[in-house]
Amino acid sequence: MVSVLIPSQLTAYTEGATRVPAAGQTVDAVLRDLDARFPGLRFRVVDEQNRVRRHMRIFVGREETRTVGRSLADGDELLIFGALSGG
Amino acid sequence: MTEAIQLLVGTRKGAWRLRSSAARQAWRVEGPLFLGQIINHFVVDPRDPKAMLMAASTGHLGPTILRSTDGGDTWVEARQPPAFPSGEPHGRSVHHTFWLEPGHASEPGVWWAGASPPSLFRSVDEGDTWESVKGLNEHPKAMDWFPPLDEGTPDGPMIAGIVIDPRDARHMYLATPMAGVLETTDQGESWRPLNQNVRCDYLPDPYPEIGQDAHQIALAPTNPDRIWQQNHCGIYRLDRPAERWDRIGDAMPREVGDIGFSIVPHPRCADTAWVFPMDGTEVWPRVSPDGRPAVYRTRDGGLSWERQDKGFPREQGWFTVKRQAMCGDGRDPVGLYLGTTSGELWMSDDEGESFRQIAAHLPEIYSVNAAPL
Repeated sequence: MVSVLIPSQLTAYTEGATRVPAAGQTVDAVLRDLDARFPGLRFRVVDEQNRVRRHMRIFVGREETRTVGRSLADGDELLIFGALSGG
Repeated sequence: MTEAIQLLVGTRKGAWRLRSSAARQAWRVEGPLFLGQIINHFVVDPRDPKAMLMAASTGHLGPTILRSTDGGDTWVEARQPPAFPSGEPHGRSVHHTFWLEPGHASEPGVWWAGASPPSLFRSVDEGDTWESVKGLNEHPKAMDWFPPLDEGTPDGPMIAGIVIDPRDARHMYLATPMAGVLETTDQGESWRPLNQNVRCDYLPDPYPEIGQDAHQIALAPTNPDRIWQQNHCGIYRLDRPAERWDRIGDAMPREVGDIGFSIVPHPRCADTAWVFPMDGTEVWPRVSPDGRPAVYRTRDGGLSWERQDKGFPREQGWFTVKRQAMCGDGRDPVGLYLGTTSGELWMSDDEGESFRQIAAHLPEIYSVNAAPL
């Protein structure tokens, strides 16, 4: 299992939860697992071409990934953030 | 007409509703809905007035469609928002949905969505799931008509308007910022440009087949062969089956010009329409010329225009009204509504003879729609 940090922008999907467990061996698989439980969440983070959206950031531990194919190990921490942007 | 009325207001920071009795005198402001979400369009389904859709996104999150089937009391997200097919050859993804259009009266549950980058989507289940309209999105000339650009107003190029012929569900027009007006007679399977005599001040050939920037188009409700167009380069009218637009904005006062975003046809008189001119000189300030806001009305098909500014600031009124932010309500006399980028809502309940402010201090207004309550 992976522990996922949910940013404020997405807590409307997770009934307010800011950290949820998820299953999957890649970032993509984890996002799909989350989407199965929280419908619509994935599309707001990743576009239809499987690209992480421009103003979203995903870290595995302290390492950022822009690729949803990034592999994960059991016990990893996946952190999703809204990037510093906008006004 | 005795029905109460509502205004649906989409802003850069959420949605608001204003409600009034049929008298249209006192307005109650309700909201926000979805505070912080960018609401480009907020529309009621005239075939089922309890059904509403919003086109939403945020600075961070991807785009979605929000749906209500109970008149706006509760909302759910579309199960499958507009999106290109995964792996499509140009690598496009929907940045935001800009325009939501209820389908033809004969097709309950059908909606159309115009998005950025310029693309068209269709739903047959009241906006719950959306499919790419291949006839446009995969058209052989799609990348010529809509070359990839990051910039544009607002936030990238988009399908800026969808118009359906009330006599024929298969006959539609699109307003686009780079290919002008496109027409289909087979409900989106094939498209062709419809831009004769529409000027492009910004291209070497000022009258090309494509390249025009159609800010908004509208059919005259009592004569759907008449198309009004507010273009980046003037105000035009086309009476089908003719193909050549007339620049009726040439009759506007020269010091005001004929640049703007919106055009609103009269619900019962095909010769009458309103525009809200903005300054298109030099560096294109896109504010009321000379800081004196005014609506202009034609009652003779564009041969002449009259200024309507009673109630607006007499000076230092630098209004910008975006293309979805001016509308009529279809009542008698017609109510006109406009929302500014500075968050003010203005209305006229006498066909533009006088205006008054009905709300202020809202976020930047993107769209205003009037509907029965």
